[in-house]
Amino acid sequence: MTRKISVTVNGTKHELEVEPRLLLVHMIREVLNMTGTHIGCDTSSCGACTILLDGKSIKSCTVLAVQADGHSITTIEGLAPEGGPLHPLQEGFKENHGLHCGFCTPGMIMRCVELLEHNNNPTEDEIRWGISGNLCRCTGYNNIVKAVQWAGAKMRGEETPSTEPEFV
Amino acid sequence: MIQCKTSKSIGGMGHSLKRKEDARFIQGKGNYVDDVKLPGMLYMDIVRSPYAYAKIKKINIEEALKVPGVVAVVTGRDLEKYNLHWMPTLMSDTQMVLPTDTVMYQSQEVAAVIATTKYAARDGREAVNVEYEPMKPVIDPFKALDPSAPVLRNDKPGKTDNHIWNWKVGDKEKTDKLFETADVVVKEQMHIPRIHVASIETCGCVADYDKVNNHLTMYMTTQAPHAIRTVIALVAGHVGLTEEKVRVIAPDIGGGFGGKVPVYPGYVIAIAVSFLVGKPVKWIEDRSENLQADSFARDYHITAEMAGTKDGKILGTRFKILADHGYTDASANPSKFPTGMFSIATGSYDYDTTYMECDAVYTNKPPGGVAYRCSFRVTEAVHAIERITDRFALEIGKDPADLRMQNFIKKEDFPWKSPTGWIYDSGDYHAGLEKAMKAVNYEELRREQAEKRARGELMGIGLSTFTEIVGAGPSKDFDILGIKMFDSAEIRVHPTGKAIARFGTKSQGQGHETTYAQIIAEELGIPAENIAIEEGDTDTAPYGLGTYASRSTPTAGAAAAMAARKLRDKARKIAAYLLEVSEEDLEWEPGKFSVKGAPEKSKTIQEIVFAAYTNHPQGMEAGFEATHYYDPPNLTFPSGAYICVVDIDRETCEIKVRRFVAIDDCGNIINPMIVQGQVHGGLTQGIAPAMYEELIYDESGNILNGTLMDYLVPTAVESPNWETGHTITPSPHHPIGAKGVGESPTVGAPPAIANAIVDALSPFGITHLDIPITPYKIFKALKEKQVF
Repeated sequence: MTRKISVTVNGTKHELEVEPRLLLVHMIREVLNMTGTHIGCDTSSCGACTILLDGKSIKSCTVLAVQADGHSITTIEGLAPEGGPLHPLQEGFKENHGLHCGFCTPGMIMRCVELLEHNNNPTEDEIRWGISGNLCRCTGYNNIVKAVQWAGAKMRGEETPSTEPEFV
Repeated sequence: MIQCKTSKSIGGMGHSLKRKEDARFIQGKGNYVDDVKLPGMLYMDIVRSPYAYAKIKKINIEEALKVPGVVAVVTGRDLEKYNLHWMPTLMSDTQMVLPTDTVMYQSQEVAAVIATTKYAARDGREAVNVEYEPMKPVIDPFKALDPSAPVLRNDKPGKTDNHIWNWKVGDKEKTDKLFETADVVVKEQMHIPRIHVASIETCGCVADYDKVNNHLTMYMTTQAPHAIRTVIALVAGHVGLTEEKVRVIAPDIGGGFGGKVPVYPGYVIAIAVSFLVGKPVKWIEDRSENLQADSFARDYHITAEMAGTKDGKILGTRFKILADHGYTDASANPSKFPTGMFSIATGSYDYDTTYMECDAVYTNKPPGGVAYRCSFRVTEAVHAIERITDRFALEIGKDPADLRMQNFIKKEDFPWKSPTGWIYDSGDYHAGLEKAMKAVNYEELRREQAEKRARGELMGIGLSTFTEIVGAGPSKDFDILGIKMFDSAEIRVHPTGKAIARFGTKSQGQGHETTYAQIIAEELGIPAENIAIEEGDTDTAPYGLGTYASRSTPTAGAAAAMAARKLRDKARKIAAYLLEVSEEDLEWEPGKFSVKGAPEKSKTIQEIVFAAYTNHPQGMEAGFEATHYYDPPNLTFPSGAYICVVDIDRETCEIKVRRFVAIDDCGNIINPMIVQGQVHGGLTQGIAPAMYEELIYDESGNILNGTLMDYLVPTAVESPNWETGHTITPSPHHPIGAKGVGESPTVGAPPAIANAIVDALSPFGITHLDIPITPYKIFKALKEKQVF
């Protein structure tokens, strides 16, 4: 038994026939073959699968594909045109060493897109709470905070802070 | 200040170059193993045991085979026909691939379901019905040694108990005598709990056996692709998969930390199924399976003792360990070192008497004993020595910083031979601690603490001044399954002066594509941005033992420098030929050779390389390539001085890490930005076991927190803002003076945090708390002391 759905992904409309139980993340990865969105857990804890659904960041492992029927989603692949220019957050993560293995990165960036849309000048505390649904095992979060602040400055049209590492 | 010998455009050592690998990761174009999709690929899911110890009476697969899309169900009996139901562990023990009779831990693999889609495989898994006869498991490692305990490994002929091995080092007689006569002796019982690396990417593979060419391509999450290829050939050579028929590809890896060193049953089953059906088979484990069944880390029960004088001189240490290995010894240590490098536990202090002993036991828990971002049991060792050192300071009423300064090995005493036989290469422990103390304003903190104590407030300051031991290792002592622990680099420079270099290691986020290029840039003057780095494909890269235990820079990084130096020697010959001078008349500066006294006469490295293909001297081999297999003469000994400041709420017992300053000494620094990033990440993996993480089992062997809902990986909220810095004491034996850094912070942070918390609670007579130290543990301890 399948259901017909219509989903706009990164600006392209897809007419799909899916099982009602198909998770949105599996629709993205297995049906549409867009593998930038990752899976890191089975309890909606890690946030590696975070995407935008109608502009709001959601964990795509917690939504069924059929629930996305008639809606629009953005994944990491749709954040900036291939070959650039990059989204300020993508640039911010690279410039500030906000990633190591890269596995949590797409989800983390997508979460931060919404975070900065609500508040483009967040405090460190607001960023830390804002990304607390996304786990990163490599970076210790310091530089993710820095990356988001850097991207915020860029989006506000201000001079971006130095990306040189600071040592005590 | 880090001095750079090359310009920023060359980007050699010391430059904070932005990472080359990031472009694909930030745009969703990484290629992790679950992204590999091959035509005709089948999906595998695994049926797991709900019991910790049970006999398998029957596996009913009929209903599963009726599920649409299910192709096959594989059991231990099926693998037994090919003698593939057992496999060796890295420690030469044996481990079931799939059981034929008995399951030994909860979530052990029992059967595999193969289907045309991921969902069909899961449906099939649900339809497999296994009949078990549960038995009473052995969970407590101390009870495992009780003569009345059931013998778990009765598959081993003649096995009469659950004891695996006994390891000891040091002088027992001398140490025992010292402890009888010393003025001050302190002792604590510590548990370094069972934890899990929980890299955000779980483990998995795509096994692709091609029947026509009798060739296996294995895409897998492995930190050591070459070693895995050899293991596959050793295990499956008898069915025709000899080593030239096996290609292992480790694509991008989403974090390793030691958890992707072992060979898990899922990999072997996938290979077996692909071999039998001739189609690619993908197996990607769930997070819960990953936490419940993949290799754990730690689980050492340590009795730590220190003897010293009343004025603070450390005279000796004694450590007795009970190691819980689960049902098989599947840890990942060099062969001769069953406890890894635990014998570094004498620490950063100058004394000559120690004795250490470890007994390993089997229990009904998952196998493992791998690293958790730590080089071979160094975390356990450092926790023991740094906690007991603080305990000693507390006993004699001396400031723990003063006590450490008094006992540090002096800078001029390196190389220094430790009581367990290691030759520490270099260090300046006083400088590191001085820098950390200055950064936190230590004296002011102690003043503040005294005031707060007078008011009944709980504030603690904790130190950890550790010595790491990494870079395994010299071939005379270090091997895994007989293969010596060298590592390798191959550099090919193309006619236009751009290069590709390949390595036997495999980055899992460490940034090798950037740092290896910087090492070669430093040696050859070719800009780092023009040097492509490739790892993880056994068909193209030279053989190496892989990336773990902070060994990539000490081994493969050294190999990169040595291979580049071979090329620089060749470049000198070509330059002499082109400039018509003798080699001795040339001098090198990054990127070019010029004639001494006539700097206008010079040849750039690019001109020289071009000549190697177009105009090389007669009699010289054409081309510009070099390979080096680096066998390190010694290990490297990074060190660090960490200070943690905590405030504890007296009502709720909530712990707040107010400040954490980490001063690391990893020798010469290749990329300061990346080193700092490694330290940040390692520190969060240090606070994790110190305050949050522990795999907990009940007495029936049920894991009580086998999902990320209840196994507490720190988020950005739990992780404090880390403050980091460095001292630089180059390794004298390493070609570029580097030591390795990835694991130092994970090793050094837990005792700093534990020491800070115990320091806050010490006025109430609390001398030790086992990690993870939670508010509830503090509450219980304070209640015991009748503070509430």
